[in-house]
Amino acid sequence: MMNIPCPFCGPRNEAEFAFGGPVKPRRPDPNATSDDEWADYLTQVPNPLGPVEERWWHVKGCGTWLSIWRDTRTHDIVEGPGNAD
Amino acid sequence: MPLDECLPIVNYVLMMQKYSIASLLRHGINNHTSWPKAWRSPPLKESYDVVIIGAGGHGLATAYYLAKEHGVTNIAVVERGWLGGGNIARNTITIRSNYMRDQSIPFYVKSVALYEEMTKELNFNMMHSKRTMIDVIQNYPMMRDRRRRQHIMDIYGSTYKRISEAEVRKRIPALTGGGPGSRLPVIGGMVHTDAGVNRHDAVAWGYARAIDALGGEIHQQTAVESLVRGADGAIEGLQTNRGLIRAKKVAVAVSGHTTTLTETAGLKLPLRTMNLTAFVSEPVKPLVDVIVNCPDAGFYFSQSDKGEMVIGGAPDMGQSFRRDIKQHVFEDTVSAMLSLFPSFKKLKLMRQWGGHLDIAQDASPIMDETDVPGLFVTAGWWGGYKAIPAGGLTLAHLVATGRPHELMKDFTLKRFRHLDYVMETGTTTAR
Repeated sequence: MMNIPCPFCGPRNEAEFAFGGPVKPRRPDPNATSDDEWADYLTQVPNPLGPVEERWWHVKGCGTWLSIWRDTRTHDIVEGPGNAD
Repeated sequence: MPLDECLPIVNYVLMMQKYSIASLLRHGINNHTSWPKAWRSPPLKESYDVVIIGAGGHGLATAYYLAKEHGVTNIAVVERGWLGGGNIARNTITIRSNYMRDQSIPFYVKSVALYEEMTKELNFNMMHSKRTMIDVIQNYPMMRDRRRRQHIMDIYGSTYKRISEAEVRKRIPALTGGGPGSRLPVIGGMVHTDAGVNRHDAVAWGYARAIDALGGEIHQQTAVESLVRGADGAIEGLQTNRGLIRAKKVAVAVSGHTTTLTETAGLKLPLRTMNLTAFVSEPVKPLVDVIVNCPDAGFYFSQSDKGEMVIGGAPDMGQSFRRDIKQHVFEDTVSAMLSLFPSFKKLKLMRQWGGHLDIAQDASPIMDETDVPGLFVTAGWWGGYKAIPAGGLTLAHLVATGRPHELMKDFTLKRFRHLDYVMETGTTTAR
């Protein structure tokens, strides 16, 4: 069971959240990209054995969207490399 | 037939200890101390014609059909853990063919047929029990969806038939919940008579023994660290904890770790890894003689020969490489089950497990040669246990001949290039 840190409500039970998928790369400009790159953008998701950045929706709480880094091997919420800036 | 082509078959007939009542009696006289090993543990060679990564169901079946149908016997199946210790031991042994798509149904019909012949084919008791699956339907959109499947399945010779609520309750007496006053009353059922269960260990061991007799090798405790590509970009072999193994053809059959492995060859695949869970109750007297699937409640179960209820439910939210069940996923599944089977409240639970598996966004499998020449993948199996024999048969055909087998020609990687998906809703039992 994860305790997901909500910026408004503090750490809350995972059961209050809906999963929003891993954070994908930025949407490329459709006019400036090849068909292959576009298909890659549409079909490929990050699938690391380790920390992944993902979106969660506090749907049974305050309703905010948030991002966490989670280790896919243990489901521990971890410090992500992006949290430094 | 030239001699070198005959030898594997002669070997197969002579070397494999045939299991029969006569051999049982013969070895019984010696207190069962004289049984030969079911498969060898030969030394690892430097190179093979084909290396298959993963001695799970799909890897073993592929090796078996490569040797048997195509005469490719210079094969090694490498396995990080032990034989039959991966997802082939982490499923709910449900074998069925009630799928939705024209591309899927013939594939699974073939797989069910191969499973039914497997005991004879491998001379290994699969304890196959063709016991029928009944879907307990609790709302009308689901009923319409199942009726639609029925019409498509009719074309391909699979069986699906609607029955009334009274008939459902007659055939599943333990189903006492879901009455008229409940939130989702039972409105009827669908019967799939082709469905059955068997013994998962026997599938792994039966294939392993047959591969060994045909001349193939199985190497346990051999973890692949990376795939190795040659200067021309084609696959050259694999780096393992026991050294480099060279092969011009490598097939990846590692379920949830597919992307982890292919990324070592610089190859990205449209797959994400999920954890699907199940648990088992204490053994009780025979109570349910069919596989019960409740798509609206979100769980399914069958009673094993030992009397245990084998219960499957929902996956974890999000990608997961765990191999256990999370408490709230477990609680959700149990509460769904108790809404229809309140008497199960008294059951004690004995074991739980999860298996990580990968899924593409259209929920159909991927069986194809990748952009790396010589590197084949069989992946995206969500509930791939039922697909093992057909998956092995068709992948072996592709690896040996370079042409896709008729039954799997649509499960390509190319479909993601053209966004030409095979959207499959029949993949999970519970949905």
